[in-house]
Amino acid sequence: MSEPSTSDLKRTPLHDAHVKAGARMVPFGGWQMPVQYTGIVEEHRTVRAKVGLFDVSHMGEFEVDGPGALAAVQRLTTNDAAALEVGQLQYSLVCAPDGGIVDDATVYRLAADRFMVVVNASNTDIDWAWVTERAPAARWRNVSLATGLVAVQGPRAETLVGRLADRDVTGIGYFRFANGGVAGVPTLISRSGYTGEDGFELYVPWDDTPRLWQALLTSGEADGVAPIGLGARDTLRLEMRYTLYGNDIDRTTNPLEAGLGWAVKPAKGDFIGRDAIEAVRAAGPRRRLVGLEMADRSIARHGYPVVEDGRTLGVVVSGSYGPSVDRSIALAYVESAHAGIGTDLAVEIRGTPRAARVVRTPFYAPKVKR
Amino acid sequence: MANVPAELRYTEEHEWAKKEGERIRVGITAFAQEQLGDVVFVELPKVGAKVAQRQSFGVVESVKAVSDLFAPVSGEVSEINAQLASAPETVNADPYGKGWMIVVKPTNAAEWDALLTAAQYEAFVAQGGGH
Repeated sequence: MSEPSTSDLKRTPLHDAHVKAGARMVPFGGWQMPVQYTGIVEEHRTVRAKVGLFDVSHMGEFEVDGPGALAAVQRLTTNDAAALEVGQLQYSLVCAPDGGIVDDATVYRLAADRFMVVVNASNTDIDWAWVTERAPAARWRNVSLATGLVAVQGPRAETLVGRLADRDVTGIGYFRFANGGVAGVPTLISRSGYTGEDGFELYVPWDDTPRLWQALLTSGEADGVAPIGLGARDTLRLEMRYTLYGNDIDRTTNPLEAGLGWAVKPAKGDFIGRDAIEAVRAAGPRRRLVGLEMADRSIARHGYPVVEDGRTLGVVVSGSYGPSVDRSIALAYVESAHAGIGTDLAVEIRGTPRAARVVRTPFYAPKVKR
Repeated sequence: MANVPAELRYTEEHEWAKKEGERIRVGITAFAQEQLGDVVFVELPKVGAKVAQRQSFGVVESVKAVSDLFAPVSGEVSEINAQLASAPETVNADPYGKGWMIVVKPTNAAEWDALLTAAQYEAFVAQGGGH
């Protein structure tokens, strides 16, 4: 994917704050985003040990409401939105009729007949066309550019957010949300994240985002808070085996081979992609996304072949040094026959096969509140 | 401006070279490690391997990227820094010291003279340094 020139890139409401803080800015999904402030490994460790702030305002948010809202969400997504109570959210997928993944999303039940669907920044335009064309009877609103989003992640996140909130946040359970004021800003406080640590995702009005960000930084100083870039966001999510759209999953991958079958609920009734996914389920996926641990510290990167005795049987989609597991780890699609835990494989790195083993995931034991 | 020791020579690919008697010790500059970010893997040639000036002799990987390492001079590798296999972060912590990469027994003395001086390298980096 070629990125547009810097001037075409969108800026989050925190753009100036990032530049002022000395962040290295990079193009990502059509946005100018901070990849790191002080260093990826240090930022990663801050989130695991203390608390970090992520600007994820580039994410897309759609609201759908009215009597047709539930039916629309049910038809467009694979998980069962009817099972959500008001105040609860779920991970879900938007699939094409052939079962390929159009996007992954989180679905919030704001009221009995009102939902918010949060999608990837790089897919927001595609997704908007997708949902409005395929569920035109429902009333959709694209609130992406009205909604700022700050993730507060780490063992001290509850203390920090709780100190600034005008309501109790300790009672908000994992994958649940509540409305409240945080630093005087009206906020949808969601107990969720993409790191494996306890924490919150705070949805706020676009123009209030800098005020919230600054308050979190100031109040969090005693907690050791720091802003965290996309680089550490990637290593944190990789240690948890959370898939990244466009990297690990896309239109050519189906939910079952990606290990996301748990977010597909055929019993709920028909939805786009159901038949194709169920056919894969019946036959068994041809390949599976597995966790690999490298025997040495070499890094298996996106696109590197997975081999065994000179035969290619898979491909790496994500790989990095995992700071909290202190190992070189990767996610790769491999033929199902070679996907078993403990299978010894190799990754071909610059022409040389390097030993790797299929391991249990997540690589890192999560600390989220259940 | 990052640290550029006056007694070393440099390449436009951000390696440094240090004369130690007959041999030349090689590493990457403070500027290079800063640009790379956290170094997580260094792949070096074997002792005895031949390297050629301006040709890749190995790679250095940060969390985000892979970069080739280029030999400042041609010759034979007489030593490698085996410590980097288990502690690649040394390249960030001490790029001109414990973070060295290889020692070369040069085959062409003239190549040394063609390397950038500290002042030239500093000027090169100040002008954008290939970025």
